[in-house]
Amino acid sequence: MEHQNISSEITYQHHIEDTEFKKRIRKTTILLSVITMIELAIGLTIYTMHKGEHPSALLVLMFKGMVCILTLAKAYYIVSVFMHLGDEIRNMIMTVVVPLMLFVWFIAAFLWDGNAFRTSRNRYDKFKMEKTMQHPIKQGDTTQHGFGG
Amino acid sequence: MATTAAATKTNWWNGGKSPFNVEYGKLMMWYFLMSDAFTFGAFLISYGTIRFSQNVWADPNVVFNAFPGAGHTNLPLAFVSVMTFILIISSVTMVLAVHAGHNNDKKGVMKWLAWTIVGGLAFLGCQAWEWHHLITGEHVVLMDNHLDVIGQTTRVNPWGQMVNPATVMNALQNTPHDALVKIVGSHHHEMTEVQLAALSDSQLKGMIDTAELHVRETGPVAFGGFFYGITGFHGFHVFSGVIINIIMLVMTSKDVFTNKGHYLMIEKAGLYWHFVDLVWVFVFLCFYLI
Repeated sequence: MEHQNISSEITYQHHIEDTEFKKRIRKTTILLSVITMIELAIGLTIYTMHKGEHPSALLVLMFKGMVCILTLAKAYYIVSVFMHLGDEIRNMIMTVVVPLMLFVWFIAAFLWDGNAFRTSRNRYDKFKMEKTMQHPIKQGDTTQHGFGG
Repeated sequence: MATTAAATKTNWWNGGKSPFNVEYGKLMMWYFLMSDAFTFGAFLISYGTIRFSQNVWADPNVVFNAFPGAGHTNLPLAFVSVMTFILIISSVTMVLAVHAGHNNDKKGVMKWLAWTIVGGLAFLGCQAWEWHHLITGEHVVLMDNHLDVIGQTTRVNPWGQMVNPATVMNALQNTPHDALVKIVGSHHHEMTEVQLAALSDSQLKGMIDTAELHVRETGPVAFGGFFYGITGFHGFHVFSGVIINIIMLVMTSKDVFTNKGHYLMIEKAGLYWHFVDLVWVFVFLCFYLI
């Protein structure tokens, strides 16, 4: 499926057969819809768990993690099939994807920081903690990142 | 047959050709989208940071449980899934428009572009409804030891924790007249606000069944600002995408691309449109699902 060199320089179009293209788009559309429906099902599961007496924090966290992974899968299919990034030259793909790796640090560092702020405030501002925690909140939160004391 | 050499044998970096084998405008669109991804990413991450710094956060299934025409029926996730599917489908129609462009099929491009525009407008309509519902939707909250009726704004929102009945009873005694009128009005639709306003405080209090009120505390302050800011910024992208698509439609109908001999412009507009869908996937995740 190599491009025909018309202008000797840029072979603009990634030529795909009509039938092959239609099959690919149909498959991706169905895939995206199915993933979205699974996500919704998990969302409703979390909802019913929250309505229950003692929602297991670990199970809720696991479901949320699953939704995150499914979202990344959706993003992958949109970018690689709908946006045709998968059909580009590898070097070009890398110039777009490699800078996005910054997100790994970006997300981890900032969420960590937010959590650290919460734990230290809970440690030093007991009034606020009691005010916002009348409902059972995960035990041991305040001691996770101790300041040694 | 020299021109049909296998891809692995093409030496892109020998000079004389564009090493990425891609048109300038399209490459720059990719780099713009990458930078835009960082903008959206920064917004969503700041939202995450603040959320992680709080002991309680708004429950999306409480916030987003309404459906147009369904009144007060509790339908968590229903409307946003409609919005999500609208955007997925409009992304598919955009792919079809780009493909029609590859085949120099002017009619096909126009047909699928038109459908994409319809999808974009439908999404914007849904978002307008949702914002309107959140801003004007009235919820009883506990505020400074009295009850009040508020919607979600960037300053305050009614998505805190449930208040226990004893506190509600106590707060009801301190509730001013106009708030009482609003509370009663949201449950008794047979009387007008003027009629209710004429009643005395104790009459109004007698009409309120505290067990039915579902009083919450005010929610995390930052929630409204992040929600309107991020979904608004995304909505603005959808809006500009619709404008771009309309311009593409007009240009196609005026044979601009036919005369040029290629429909690469549609491809670039398509990239932007798919990106809008891509961002929604993450907004959907961060605000509605988790």
